[in-house]
Amino acid sequence: MLKRIDSRRDLAGSDDSDVVTCEAVPAPLGKSLKLEGLKRSFGQRKVLDGLSLDVPAGQFVAIVGRSGVGKSTLMRLIVGLDQPEEGRVVIDGEPVKGLQQSVRLLFQDARLLPWHSVLSNVGIARTPGWRDAALEALRDVGLADRLNDWPAVLSGGQRQRVALARVLVGRPSVLLLDEPFGALDAMTRVDMHGLLERLWLQRKFTTLLITHDVAEAVALADRVIVIKDGRLTFDVDVTAERPRHRADPHLAALQARILAEV
Amino acid sequence: MSRISHGDSIVDRLTPWLLPVSVLVLWEICTRAGLIEQRVLPAPSQVAVAFWENAKNGTLAHHVLVSFKRAIAGLAVGGSLGFILGVLNGVSRPAEKLLDSGLQMLRNVPHLAIIPMVILWFGIDETAKIFLVAVGTMFPIYLNTFHGIRTVDRGLIEMARVNGLGPFAIFWRVVLPGAMPSVLVGLRYALGIMWLTLIVAETISASSGIGYMTMNAREFLQTDVVVLGILVYALLGKAADFATKLIEHRVLAWHPAYHGSGAVTA
Repeated sequence: MLKRIDSRRDLAGSDDSDVVTCEAVPAPLGKSLKLEGLKRSFGQRKVLDGLSLDVPAGQFVAIVGRSGVGKSTLMRLIVGLDQPEEGRVVIDGEPVKGLQQSVRLLFQDARLLPWHSVLSNVGIARTPGWRDAALEALRDVGLADRLNDWPAVLSGGQRQRVALARVLVGRPSVLLLDEPFGALDAMTRVDMHGLLERLWLQRKFTTLLITHDVAEAVALADRVIVIKDGRLTFDVDVTAERPRHRADPHLAALQARILAEV
Repeated sequence: MSRISHGDSIVDRLTPWLLPVSVLVLWEICTRAGLIEQRVLPAPSQVAVAFWENAKNGTLAHHVLVSFKRAIAGLAVGGSLGFILGVLNGVSRPAEKLLDSGLQMLRNVPHLAIIPMVILWFGIDETAKIFLVAVGTMFPIYLNTFHGIRTVDRGLIEMARVNGLGPFAIFWRVVLPGAMPSVLVGLRYALGIMWLTLIVAETISASSGIGYMTMNAREFLQTDVVVLGILVYALLGKAADFATKLIEHRVLAWHPAYHGSGAVTA
């Protein structure tokens, strides 16, 4: 239907064997993600009506749409919390079913366990060597000094950063972000954008970001898609160089185009 | 500055004692002046003497120890049964379907009403009293454990699943800690019922324990010993409440209502 190929992205990340990485730079984590005709309805209401999407490994896709168009349902299907009635999710060429360890989801609320310290929350999966991994992830999000605090004493932005660190420990190939910055104030949100972009550039996990904020979408993503009536109705590549400037007139024009489609 | 704050803290510490001490003094004066008959209410000094005598010859310690053992044994049996049933029904819908309505029926029987049956079943030995305490303490812990488990935030469970935790890990790290505040409310409630049940059971059928001590004293019109028994019950109740508060501070250290500094030491 609306298939696009970004040639730059294909050169950069899809074929791991050709990519030469030096010791200091972590290997790209991203895997390709393909959604084929996903259908899901709740009662009479068709939330997803045959949604298809092809995301090359390492791409950053922003999903824009009005409330209730099934963006969160889509995330739950990809991570395996819910099953589609029809269609399938294909990761790295393999159709998947059930909860996926290679996929991690960052919720809108941080969902930290209040009875565990920050460090313990980040290492919640308790994989071997979790302490070191959790500490490293906390350093990545700039909260290494808060490792012994209870979540209750953190600010909203700090909590979301802890949740981000928890997701990083899982070394996801596909990272799903369900409006993770929606509840934060404007200043904190800008900080979080910078943090997310830096982490993504380092690790190149395939990223799907749900957002209401079109400015956020064009500032961060390689590609912006619009979902309407359970289908993908608009798909555009954002080719501006990084780091991007919010005042860039090209981005502003793109933003207006996307808004017209939502 | 420091002198002022020091003076403040002494006044602060003494204020709560002002009322009880004046009541004691007034009570002493009234009994000495003959306004209250000693048969009706002994003077505080007489109670103090009774305490001293009973403490010296070891009877008080003996009775307190016997009562304490019964209370703990009953709570251990009833509390763990209530907790296990609460967890079982909280986690499993089929178990809830099978057991909950039966438990609710039993719960609505006042447990003191079955004392005549209990005496028939177990006679007046230890089992009867432990059984009654167990029945009394089981239900508050059952109800609160069940409620606590059912009201654990679904979002946290979902988060745990997405992060790769298995059902066992989810139970230990998410469901049980989440239910803990409610379980401890149940425990505090159960402690009150524990002493109440024991008082009644010991006054009806016992040959030792504080309840027996006070009943025995009543036979001989030793009102000072009766008042002493009542005071001992009050102290034991207070001690139990203090113990739960300590447990709460430890187990619920993460809870915003319980921590001041916000730092985890462990």
